[in-house]
Amino acid sequence: MSKPRPRRLADYAPIAFPAGMLLAFFVVPFGIMIAISFYHRVQGGFYEPAFEFANYQRFLTAFFGGVLGFSLGLSSLVAVVAVVLAFPFTWLLARQRRQVQVMWLVFLLSVLSLSEVIIGFAWSTLFSKTAGITNLLVALGLMDQAVSLYPSFGAVLAGMVYQAFPYTVLVLYPALSRLDPTLVEAARTLGASPFRAFFNVIVPSLRNTILATIIMVFVFALGSYLLPQLLGRPQQWTLSVLITDQAIYQSNMPFASAMAVFLVLVSLGLVGLSLLFGQREKA
Amino acid sequence: MSRWPARLVFGCFGLFLAAPLAVVAGVAVNEKKSLTFPPEGFSLAWFGEIFANPEWFSALLASVGVAAAASVLAVLIALPIAWFLWRWNAPFARIVQVLGLAPFILPPVITALGFLAFWSELGLYGEPWTVVISHGIFFVTLPLVTLTLGFDAIDSALVEAAATMGADEKTVLRTIVFPLIRPYIISGLAFAFVLSLNEYIVAYMVVGFTVETLPIKIFNALRYGYTPTMAAVSILFVAVAAAVFGLIARFGDLPRLLGAWSPRDE
Repeated sequence: MSKPRPRRLADYAPIAFPAGMLLAFFVVPFGIMIAISFYHRVQGGFYEPAFEFANYQRFLTAFFGGVLGFSLGLSSLVAVVAVVLAFPFTWLLARQRRQVQVMWLVFLLSVLSLSEVIIGFAWSTLFSKTAGITNLLVALGLMDQAVSLYPSFGAVLAGMVYQAFPYTVLVLYPALSRLDPTLVEAARTLGASPFRAFFNVIVPSLRNTILATIIMVFVFALGSYLLPQLLGRPQQWTLSVLITDQAIYQSNMPFASAMAVFLVLVSLGLVGLSLLFGQREKA
Repeated sequence: MSRWPARLVFGCFGLFLAAPLAVVAGVAVNEKKSLTFPPEGFSLAWFGEIFANPEWFSALLASVGVAAAASVLAVLIALPIAWFLWRWNAPFARIVQVLGLAPFILPPVITALGFLAFWSELGLYGEPWTVVISHGIFFVTLPLVTLTLGFDAIDSALVEAAATMGADEKTVLRTIVFPLIRPYIISGLAFAFVLSLNEYIVAYMVVGFTVETLPIKIFNALRYGYTPTMAAVSILFVAVAAAVFGLIARFGDLPRLLGAWSPRDE
């Protein structure tokens, strides 16, 4: 049965409320933000309507270029590490009994829904001098003295991979759980070891899914805001941190908006790219 | 394939995911006001502190109130969209759907900044209720996804049979569609509720200086004076999330909700 098209105006009534809400509270704020990105900043935290590219030109300075480069590099690294870890894990998970899968999914969702504040706090505790893993190493006689492992780049990376891992598993899960099991069986019958079957059959057959997932996780990692602050040094602050800093503490809404618009363009471009990869696999 | 490599992999990842939480749980039961691990002594007093200390308790109430109202709002927005797309062939409604999915795909700081600009322009910056609308919009995606799946799962033969036997649209909605959709409404509500409870940046940008939600309170405590109460709250949040998702799994089909084929489909 093909669905009918709405005939009367009254048929549209039910969608008026959600459409209106999204228009008023998502499209309009978005538009205001874009407009402000072209406004002229006035000293003292205000701005006046204008149409200038000054806010965008500030990207070209070495400082913001550096932050931008660092943000993109860090997010790429997190995305690659998370996918490399999550892919074999998800593949194994999708092959477990149903109850085992459900248990892990509940655990992964619980970690995924955790506030960034809590993840940051948990890792800073794990990396601290008083309560951290180095105490364990001291107890085992592997280290002389407990040390603090943060703030550092490694701490930021660990925290962000931790945050991204459940997300990555859940993005990969549908594709891997729908994968034709006969593929592996065929490879095994032909004499391939489990590892060879995995690397020579499974991984290549999902190349586009893997690429699309890396991009999705990259965009997810770009949004990380508290972890670089809680676990890193100011040199490790990302674009998200800088946007908030400019908006709240420097009261420079036009510049914050310009950076946000730029981040939208990067994210949308990449999401479009990932949809393209995803589409090709289905075809 | 032998079982032990899989067990080893699951063990390692389990350790990786659980270690930070285990340390926080250990810190939460310290007897004195210090964040040491392994804990010195054992006391559940810091969990009591969440409810006894008016500052923490008011943050808890604020968070639960915002999350409850925002998740209901998110479902109220998502339900008509999902229903409309199921009922009618209306390409333009796809635009509304994409708008509903967008806030969740973009980095959250963008939505947060948009709201900050919007509420400031309206002169409403800092009004406590603005965070409810902001979260309601920000988390529309979750009920939208679960409800779209739910409507797709409705067997059209049921609806046709009811219509053939003379049921009008309202009766079909009430007696067939709604009961079938209810579990998806509940899981959408639950997803939005848990995530709103944990959300930091939108809340901080919109009402950060007027309302203290629990994540904001924990962040402030991280900066201005550590206390094991932070650890206790964190563990409480983990427990709430695990309980909510556990219930969804108990009464619904979690693998299907997350995109796997259910055995029933085969």
